Amino acid sequence: MNAPRQKERLVVLIVLAVALFSPPLLLLFDTPSRTGPSRLPLYIFIAWAAVIGLAAWLMERRQEE
Amino acid sequence: MRGEMLVLAVAFGYLALLFVIAAWGDRRAEQGRSLIGSPTVYALSIAVYCTAWTFYGSVGRAASAGPSFLLIYLGPTLAMLMSPFVIRKMVRIASAQRITSIADFISARYGKSSSLGALVALIALVGITPYIALQLKAITLSHAVLVNYPEAAELRLAEESFWNDKSFWVALVLAVFIILFGTRHLDASERHEGMVAAIAFESLVKLVAFLSVGVFTVFVLFNGPGDLFAQVAAAPELSGALSLDAVPGGAVGWVGTLVLAFLAFLTLPRQFQVLVVENVDERHLTRASWLFPLYLLAINLFVIPIAMAGLLLGDAGSDPDSFVLTLPLSAGLEGLPLLVFIGGLSAATGMVIVETIALSTMVSNQLVMPLLLRSPHLHLGSRGELAGWLLGIRRVAIVLILLLGYLYHALIGDSYSLVTIGLVSFAAAAQFAPAMLIGMYWRGANRNGAALGLIAGFLVWAWTLLLPGFAQSGWLGAGFLENGPWGIGWLRPYALFGLEGWDIYTHSLLWSLTANVGLLVGVSLFSRQSPLEQTQAALFTEAMHPRLMQTSLWQGQTTRGELSALLDRYLGGAATRRVFSGIAIAEDDHPAPPELIARAEQALAGALGSASARVLINSVVRGEALDLDAILSILDTTSETLEVNRRLEQKSRELARTSEELRAANERLRELDRLKDEFIAMVSHELRTPLTSIRAFAEILHDGKNLPEEKRLHFLDVVVRESQRLSRLIEEILDLARLESGRMTLDPRPLDLVELAQHSVDAVHRLQETRGVNLEVDMAVSAAPVIGDPDRLEQVIINLLDNAGKFAADESPRVLLRLERYKDHFRLSVEDNGPGIADDERERVFEKFHQIQRQDSGETRGRPRGSGLGLPISRGIVAHLGGRLWVESAPHLGGACLVMELPDAPDAPDTEAATPPAPASPAPA
Repeated sequence: MNAPRQKERLVVLIVLAVALFSPPLLLLFDTPSRTGPSRLPLYIFIAWAAVIGLAAWLMERRQEE
Repeated sequence: MRGEMLVLAVAFGYLALLFVIAAWGDRRAEQGRSLIGSPTVYALSIAVYCTAWTFYGSVGRAASAGPSFLLIYLGPTLAMLMSPFVIRKMVRIASAQRITSIADFISARYGKSSSLGALVALIALVGITPYIALQLKAITLSHAVLVNYPEAAELRLAEESFWNDKSFWVALVLAVFIILFGTRHLDASERHEGMVAAIAFESLVKLVAFLSVGVFTVFVLFNGPGDLFAQVAAAPELSGALSLDAVPGGAVGWVGTLVLAFLAFLTLPRQFQVLVVENVDERHLTRASWLFPLYLLAINLFVIPIAMAGLLLGDAGSDPDSFVLTLPLSAGLEGLPLLVFIGGLSAATGMVIVETIALSTMVSNQLVMPLLLRSPHLHLGSRGELAGWLLGIRRVAIVLILLLGYLYHALIGDSYSLVTIGLVSFAAAAQFAPAMLIGMYWRGANRNGAALGLIAGFLVWAWTLLLPGFAQSGWLGAGFLENGPWGIGWLRPYALFGLEGWDIYTHSLLWSLTANVGLLVGVSLFSRQSPLEQTQAALFTEAMHPRLMQTSLWQGQTTRGELSALLDRYLGGAATRRVFSGIAIAEDDHPAPPELIARAEQALAGALGSASARVLINSVVRGEALDLDAILSILDTTSETLEVNRRLEQKSRELARTSEELRAANERLRELDRLKDEFIAMVSHELRTPLTSIRAFAEILHDGKNLPEEKRLHFLDVVVRESQRLSRLIEEILDLARLESGRMTLDPRPLDLVELAQHSVDAVHRLQETRGVNLEVDMAVSAAPVIGDPDRLEQVIINLLDNAGKFAADESPRVLLRLERYKDHFRLSVEDNGPGIADDERERVFEKFHQIQRQDSGETRGRPRGSGLGLPISRGIVAHLGGRLWVESAPHLGGACLVMELPDAPDAPDTEAATPPAPASPAPA
């Protein structure tokens, strides 16, 4: 029923993931945390997990419909 | 005791376990209870992406190049997110066309061109063999580290002959495994159930092994991640290790590697094999599209901690690529290093198995078969001879590919670090991406463009990545890299056309893809497609079109006998019977139906590849497949039909809605009709009751002359009261008629609602008291100037009070009248403590003739039923005066609450009734 909307949501998720994983946003997080190493890996892991979570939510919901 | 024998026993025991799992998987498949028919197994089999390079190399790369190792996994994450758009289409095309490999895919897209298929197979062979070598090297190296620790591994490696090199024997065992489980069917487009089951198992093993060493590092060697990173923060030499500065090429290198990993994930032969060829059900993609990225996330979680721990704990001599092994070894553990070794072994063998199957299929179907079919000797073959040939070729190819990989590893493997070879192979595989992806979406891409693009991309790749590798191994002069060949500066491999400062992979990717895409698009725009190419292009680009694949696309003519003989010769009797099953039996010289020809070609394509299948079918069939116009017309008619269907559906939905509305309206009319009937019956009854008693008493008075005086007076009294009741009822009916016809005359004038309400309360007070109703009054304002007809308004208030008294609770009935200001209105509410009015009844009580059904059928304690006219009349009056009347839940007493709201009229003097009221009202009589 809702297939077109689901497609749009997936496209938006892909765009979001590309934006999260590419430089302009990355550079914001490439700063040392209190004299320690860069926060970049932490940021990537969090963004990555968020993207996977959203994808899982979207895909499994679509399966139910 | 970390004995040599123990390690060997564990390693080969593990390989034996793989045989058992694969054999089990194949047996289950034969019994029809497939092991791999689940999206989770599918996702795990895709994880063959994580090779020994991931297992050992990620840590090394994290130690030397910061977070850039993550890009290798972020690219596939993006690709899997797009799988509903891209990979689903690939799967559908592959199953319709019985595609056996990526070379077959590209060859089929460009008119089943055998030369293009051969080109792709060659590029894959050149580009991927080093990658197989890398896996063997990882096995050798990890074994050496495990056995020789704490001695450095490299020193010992050089002294050993290949008889002592464990990876040689592992390669041999793998060759046996692949021959057993990878060449069971002649039809390479069929899935290898046992092999996929083993691969999925290996994916679990490597994940568990890596997580174990990660947990050990973080929680045993250090006190949790906080402790580890506090120590990293304290080490000045590690301060820049995790920032973007550590990534080769910085931001540009970051994007380049991301794109590279994205493309390679789709085009590496082994990924194509597990993603597309081994796909059982395209719905599995839905789960895999997030489960596989999750797997990648999990296996990378501990890479940075392990790398940082390895760097912190010193051991400067040991190679970062081996940190995974040396960390638990340095802690003196026995079991964990073995588990890690097995994890690395599973990562390496999984990759080698799938990659070798994919490559051997390409070699047999795209390189050897077309040559054999052209040779004049083959056609005299007897039944099923070619089937044996084909499997034999594949088996030889498997052994040769593994041998080639081993030789590569033994001869030049030492000159590269693990990661370098991996990315070089990625860049080679990425050359397939333009031909494949553009071909799937742009119908105009043609064979010449694809071939030239592939060749150019491959040459640029070789120039910018492969040759420099040789140069670094010392096979070419060192000046080759620094000054360019023959001193030509703009040809320098790492700075082509003077583009300097980029990392070598992004640099190579940019130039090779530019050449590749440029030629593919440019040549396609200026050259023609053959008819078969046009057909195939349409079939590929429109693959997601519903019903396209169900259409039979053959128009050629041949006899059943010829077709049967062809299949028999090349595929053997069993396959021929499968193709002919389900087709009506007829004589051999009858023409073969188009469906049969299509099935025959598919069966041949599954075994030999689409290009060879086409050559064979053409040798017996006269005529052509449907041309482009025919396919386009099929697409058009189906889309037209779909459109007509859609419109019809919409119409029928509208019709259904209209008839539903009609039904509801009809229902409503019947209800009103029923109410009217009831009303008439009730009115007649109500009118007749007083009339009957008047008549009865009048007759008694008339006949009984000698009645006592008091009785006579009593009867007269009854007659008078009943007449009053009768006239009141008639008055109500007249009121209603006036309201309905709009002839109700009101006499609006300024008045004080407080005074009026008090007056009404006084009027009904006695009556309520006799009924036992406790009537309370709560005036929140001292004066409430409104405009209204005092008589009519009093009638309304009395009616409300009367109703409330009737419906209040049987036990200690209470009625509450409240008057308050609400914004610029006054609200007079009358509530009771009765049962209340249900939500769906709340509007209906204002319908004339409507009476609330009381469970105790009404007239308890002498409280009469109403005529059912009071509320409709009241609402009509209030509405005439510009106010509203409605029902809500009683806020204080819990029963029903009727609220009358009238607008505030402050301008009018609230005491003087004689002043002319609102302009529209008639003058007082």
